[in-house]
Amino acid sequence: MISKDVVEKVAKLSRLHLEEEEIAQYADQLNQILDTMAGLQQIDTDGVAPLAHVLPIENVFREDEVGECFTQETVLANAPEQSNGMFQVPKIV
Amino acid sequence: MTLSRLTIHELHDLLVSKEISATELVQEHLDRIQALDGNVKSYITVTGDLARKQAKAVDAKLAAGETIGMLAGIPMAVKDNMCTEGIPTTCASRMLEGFKPQYSATVVEKLKAEDFVMLGKVNMDEFAMGSTTENSAFFATQNPWNADCVPGGSSGGSAASVAADLAVYSLGSDTGGSIRQPASFCGIVGLKPTYGAVSRFGLIAFASSLDQIGPLAKDVTDTALILNAITGYDKKDSTSADYNYPDYTAALTGDVKGMRIGLPKEYLGEGIDPDVEAQVRAAAAKLEELGAHVEECSLPYTRYAMPAYYLIAPAEASSNLGRYDGVRYGLRAPAEDVAGMFCDTRKKGFGPEVKRRIMLGTYALSSGYYDAYYLKALKVRNLIKQDYDRAFEQYDCLITPTAPTTALRKGNNQDPLALYKSDICTIPTNLAGIPGLSLPYGTDRNGMPIGVQLSGKAFAEPALLRAAYALEQNTNLTRLKPNQGKGL
Amino acid sequence: MKYETVIGLEVHVELATESKIFCSCSAHSFGADPNSHVCPACCGMPGMLPVVNRRVVDFGMKAGMMLNCDINRVTTFDKKSYYYPDLPGAYQTTQWFAPVAVNGRVDIETSAGKKSVRIKQIHMEEDAGKLVHDISEGTTHVDFNRTSVPLIEIVSQPDLSSAEEVEAYLVRLRTLLRYAKVAECEMAHGTMRCDVNLSVRPEGSDVLGVRTEMKNMNSIEAIKRAIEYETARHINAIENGTEVLVQETRRWDDAKGKSYAMRSKETAGDYRYFPDPNVMPVVIDDVWYETIKNSVPEFPEVKREKYIALGLTEYDAERISESIMLCECFEEASEACGNPKEVVNWITSDVMRILNAKQMTYEMLNLDNKAFGKLISLTLDGKISRANSKKILSAMFDDRAIEPEAYAEANNMLIGEQNDDLILGIVKKVVESDPKSVNDFKNGKEKALMALFGKCMKELKGNCDPQQLKVILLECING
Repeated sequence: MISKDVVEKVAKLSRLHLEEEEIAQYADQLNQILDTMAGLQQIDTDGVAPLAHVLPIENVFREDEVGECFTQETVLANAPEQSNGMFQVPKIV
Repeated sequence: MTLSRLTIHELHDLLVSKEISATELVQEHLDRIQALDGNVKSYITVTGDLARKQAKAVDAKLAAGETIGMLAGIPMAVKDNMCTEGIPTTCASRMLEGFKPQYSATVVEKLKAEDFVMLGKVNMDEFAMGSTTENSAFFATQNPWNADCVPGGSSGGSAASVAADLAVYSLGSDTGGSIRQPASFCGIVGLKPTYGAVSRFGLIAFASSLDQIGPLAKDVTDTALILNAITGYDKKDSTSADYNYPDYTAALTGDVKGMRIGLPKEYLGEGIDPDVEAQVRAAAAKLEELGAHVEECSLPYTRYAMPAYYLIAPAEASSNLGRYDGVRYGLRAPAEDVAGMFCDTRKKGFGPEVKRRIMLGTYALSSGYYDAYYLKALKVRNLIKQDYDRAFEQYDCLITPTAPTTALRKGNNQDPLALYKSDICTIPTNLAGIPGLSLPYGTDRNGMPIGVQLSGKAFAEPALLRAAYALEQNTNLTRLKPNQGKGL
Repeated sequence: MKYETVIGLEVHVELATESKIFCSCSAHSFGADPNSHVCPACCGMPGMLPVVNRRVVDFGMKAGMMLNCDINRVTTFDKKSYYYPDLPGAYQTTQWFAPVAVNGRVDIETSAGKKSVRIKQIHMEEDAGKLVHDISEGTTHVDFNRTSVPLIEIVSQPDLSSAEEVEAYLVRLRTLLRYAKVAECEMAHGTMRCDVNLSVRPEGSDVLGVRTEMKNMNSIEAIKRAIEYETARHINAIENGTEVLVQETRRWDDAKGKSYAMRSKETAGDYRYFPDPNVMPVVIDDVWYETIKNSVPEFPEVKREKYIALGLTEYDAERISESIMLCECFEEASEACGNPKEVVNWITSDVMRILNAKQMTYEMLNLDNKAFGKLISLTLDGKISRANSKKILSAMFDDRAIEPEAYAEANNMLIGEQNDDLILGIVKKVVESDPKSVNDFKNGKEKALMALFGKCMKELKGNCDPQQLKVILLECING
């Protein structure tokens, strides 16, 4: 069971500001969803490798060569706020 | 003649024989969008000027006697999660409202090289999360067959625009069924290619190990033609498969004699609408009649696909969507400090379903739960893939429903779990990375289109196209058109 | 009661590749305009995908071999999630489940004796951007130039017990990684950074005390000061109950000489590691492994012993083996000229003098070492004067392409046999113009010969083999 505390912790980890009623609602929904996943725990997966990449592709590299990068102006083109060639954000703390 | 009703190959012939011009063709589509898309609401952005310019360039080539490619001058639509340089790319999210990428997706570049004509960017569920296109932050898209129904999702705009003849074809993306399910709901052909067959570079990620771009089209031939243009190795995408991609039109023989087709029992019976099941069985019978060997088979881990998917996809999404923090682009909520900016931006920018999945995925990855949820899901994913590996030793392709039902009613889709279950037939192929094609095959008791799904092993797109083409050529059930009075 | 300090280090080292780890932006932006070394991929634009720089893996493996690690033949990249404005995707691509190298060892020597420091692992990862805080405006500015520059993180076991040992360990790491030519390791440039995990316990106890992590030390000296301070703080807390120690991350303020707890917001640590679906596994086959293994240089001790066997003094052998660049210079030049002792003299005098004058470190040495050996040969053979050879060497520092013999010839510095007549002519002129010195010499004043010799050399503009000149001069006087 996911408690409200867990929902709050997860929201914090996700950087999502939630209202009180949303916390309750998400707790409810996440519990319902996770209930349906309980079946997974019944499956014997001993010796089964986790499948993180579905195609058997390995060793994909680029050579260590410098290519084009963007101009500062292009990098900042979508910036909500900028100053002196940098992205500007509110203070850290 | 109503040009907009025609397919790519029909229009190509008319362009080449100079019976029509690309300019004429694009204008008819733009006029039609103007007249009808107010109801259908498939487009988020219409790029009329660009489309006319692209069409003009094709006309110039034709006038100069140059040969043109099959897709040249054919008006189409792009799902709004594929980056288009200088053109808004929103993922149907407030978060990216007004975002203009400084680069284009590889698929877009490939189509550009084919002299495509892009009519605009089409609607979707926000960040491709959903099955109805009702999760678009901007507006819902309607099903051209019935204004009270959803077009499916998440590529609902891609499907509706083609079904309503507002584009000749479109590109969609499919993470758990997002091309095939809307294609099924809207009575058109939709194909999710093998994972790695189409570059994901420039596709705004939902779940990177599952996402794949593919075509939505009016018939099987068009599907093969689009596939010819968009598949291929891309060194910018490390998951791209370096494979000798064939000419997919070579599969369009109409001959299925000796093809071995499996009918997995897990996809029939409980939970599947009887009309849908009847059509799947009818399609299987038709293939048998045409010389294929059809038999029932089993994929025992199928029922675990949904829970595994709803752990893996949200987990990856929770990470992929972390970048929307208000620092570099897109929405930023005003705040006193950075932490506040992060939390408020994401609260304002994301809709409820996106938040739900981010929460679910974050939970599945967080310390103490990783092994029980995420890792377990990856192992089950392997078991599901092994199911398929075994099946494809015996069968060239499998036939199943695309979705358990026909198009859902609008405005009645608040229960997330019920909606998640609507993906049960399409999810397993994403988990296994294999191709799946949805072909319209008749209608249900209410006259709504039904889709049957053909799936095959990795890179078996030709087998799927071959079976689908045979059905298309030998029945009148696949080229369906909505009753224009009802949906439009 | 006596206490012992238990220290483990996490050292981040920037790898010396040309381009970034997952995109082709230049990895060298020191002093560049902000956000001028950035592309859509390294600033986390939507739809962008990473492609691994092969050399990063080469360097990661090589670093692992230098530190006696086992190399994981299948090594993978994972995502580490946290939110910070300098981290564009809100995740760092790193290695959590299968790092490139594990179970290593670094040997150090201090006043307390010899010690092996165990290396837990080395993993490859990407760097974050840089933040500039504007306190008066209450804003922060973000520069992504450094984002995705390749790093390795070297994680030691808690085997260190003093500031002195930490210094020895860091110096050793630096030497080894520079030997392997995989990193600059310059703390002042930020290409080597060190976090210190420290706890204190009664001597002999096998229970670990409360551990704190310290960040933000910018030099080895600062690290030593931080360790001294933190050790004292822990002991004071234990003995006098001045404060309750908690497991936390602390920021070292070197100016104030104190550490401060960082806010928990900055350190909250549930990183939700999972395999990065966009980066394929790296599988190191035998061919690749052997190629890197074969490129691993001899260790400094091995070189030193070899040099001593060649006849170098212990002092010189130690000095040369301090830097791989000096070693290569010495070895290649010796091979070219066949006279190691002469080469070491040139290195410890001329080369080091020029480096010093140019304010270059040993690592910046960029001579064509074979040409340098040839220059020494030419000088020993009397074809170039010692004075001119210094000028040529200086020129060779500025232009690697210089071939000493051709350069000497082009600049009239080559002493040829055909010059005997010329030398004789000048010698005769000098001898005739200075009969006093000639007489003085004949009367036994050796110094007078040197005066004549000097005058000749001056006339010859140094283009003369001193031995040859001396012979001709003596013949002329006595003749």
